[in-house]
Amino acid sequence: MISIVDYGVGNLKSIKKALEMVGAKTKITRDLEDLKNSSGIVLPGVGAVRPAMEKLKELKEFIKSTDVPVLGICLGMQLFATLSYEGGEVECLNIIPGVVRKFQDDVGKIPHMGWNQIEIVKDNELLHGIESGTFFYFVHSYFLETEKSFILTETDYGISFASAVSKDNYYGVQFHPEKSGDDGIKLLENFYRICRA
Amino acid sequence: MLAKRIIPCLDVTLDEKGATVVKGIEFVNLREAGDPVELAKRYNDEGADELVFLDITASPHGRKTMVDVIERTSDEVFIPLTVGGGIKSVEDIHSLLSAGADKVSINTSAVLNPDIVRESSDIFGSQCIVIAIDCRRNFDLDKGENFVELEDGSKAWYEVVIYGGRKPTGIDAVSWAKQVEELGAGEILLTSMNRDGTKDGFDIPITRKISEEVNIPVIASGGAGKVEHFYEGFADGKADACLAASIFHYREIPIMTIKEYLRDKGIPVRI
Repeated sequence: MISIVDYGVGNLKSIKKALEMVGAKTKITRDLEDLKNSSGIVLPGVGAVRPAMEKLKELKEFIKSTDVPVLGICLGMQLFATLSYEGGEVECLNIIPGVVRKFQDDVGKIPHMGWNQIEIVKDNELLHGIESGTFFYFVHSYFLETEKSFILTETDYGISFASAVSKDNYYGVQFHPEKSGDDGIKLLENFYRICRA
Repeated sequence: MLAKRIIPCLDVTLDEKGATVVKGIEFVNLREAGDPVELAKRYNDEGADELVFLDITASPHGRKTMVDVIERTSDEVFIPLTVGGGIKSVEDIHSLLSAGADKVSINTSAVLNPDIVRESSDIFGSQCIVIAIDCRRNFDLDKGENFVELEDGSKAWYEVVIYGGRKPTGIDAVSWAKQVEELGAGEILLTSMNRDGTKDGFDIPITRKISEEVNIPVIASGGAGKVEHFYEGFADGKADACLAASIFHYREIPIMTIKEYLRDKGIPVRI
C-alpha cells in the first residue's frame, strides 16, 4: 500500500486515482500506523508549508527515518529542505540539505504556472523512459535550492531550478505528475516500481 | 521554456437527460455539443493543456451535477481542471476541489463580495483561485479609468459585466484586474463580450492591457475562430493561455493544428 499523506486541504483525489491507475493500492491518511505499514509514502503538493509542517508533527520522525521510498510532490518536495522562506522562516524536514526561496519578480509571471520542460542532469530509475525536453505541469511560486549532487532534472524559468531531486530513498518533483498526462503517469509508474523492488 | 497553453472550455448545463455541454453565441441561443466527460477525454487525447468547465445554469442542482461531472472526469483525465459558474462561498470551493477540481473560477460573486477572493486564496492557495472577468467596451469617456486604444484608433474603456453579461457594473476592468491580483487571485480569465461567440478573434487591446498590468497569468477568452487568432492572442495580446469552446466542440480546428501553427511561428507550445 502507498500512503498519501493528508495535510487537510486541496485535491488529493487526482494523485490517488493516478497511482491506482498504475496498479497501486493507496490510502489517504495521517495515521502513523498506516505509514508504518506502507511500501511507499507520497507527500502531495497542496497547501502552504507552515500548516503542512504542523500537520506532519506526529509523523515527522518516522518520515525522516523510514527506508521505504518517499515521493514528495511540489510542496511535498519542498518539505524535504532544511528551511523554507514561504511565509517567514519555517524549519522543514531537513532530509535534503537546501533552502526554499520565492522566484524573483523579474523571472516572469508568478506563480510559474503551466507546462514546462525538464532537462535530465542525472540518471535515475524515477525517470525511466522519460527524456529531456518532456513537458510536465508546474504550479508554484517557490523553488528548492540545493546541492548539484541531489539534482535529477532542471527546468528553466528565467533561472534554472531543480525540478526533480533524489537522495537515498527520497524522491522529489516540483511539478505535478498527477496532472501531467501520460508522462506524469509514467513517472508514477516508475515510483510504484521502486516501491515494489 | 514555459509553454503557452490551449484550453478548451466546456459550458455545461443541465436538463432531464443529465449534464450536457452547450455553447452559445454571446451567451444566448445555446446549442448542444455533447457529454462533458466524453468531451474531456477527447480533448485530453488531442493535446489540451487544461480544461475549464463552466456551469452555466449555476443553480444549486446544477452545481451538484457539476460535482459529479468533475468526479467522473478527474478519475480518467490527468490534466488540470478548472470549474466555474455560480460559486458563492468557501464551502462551494471546498466541495469542487474535493471532487477533483484543481482550480475554481469565480466571476459575479467576486464582484459582489471581493472578500471571497482574499478568503479563498488564504485557505486554498492563490494557485487555485481564478477570477473570471467579463467585460464590454464602453465609449462614454467621461467614465472609466483606463482608456485603451482600439483597432481603428478610437478609444474606449472596458466595463466589467456580471450575471453572464446581463448586468453592467460601472467597474473598470483593468482596475478590477489589478485589485483581484492584490486580493490574492492566481490567474485571470478574461472574456470580452464584444467578441464572445463571434469568431472574429480575441479582443487584443484589452487582453494586452491587462496582461501588461498584472503579474499573474492571463487567459484570453472569447472570439477564437481560426488558428491565426491564437497567434494574435499570444503574440499581440501577450496572453499566457487562450481558451475557446465551439471551435473545439464541433471539431472545426483540431487542437494539434493550432499548436503546430504556433510552433512554426515561434510560440512555445507543448506538442
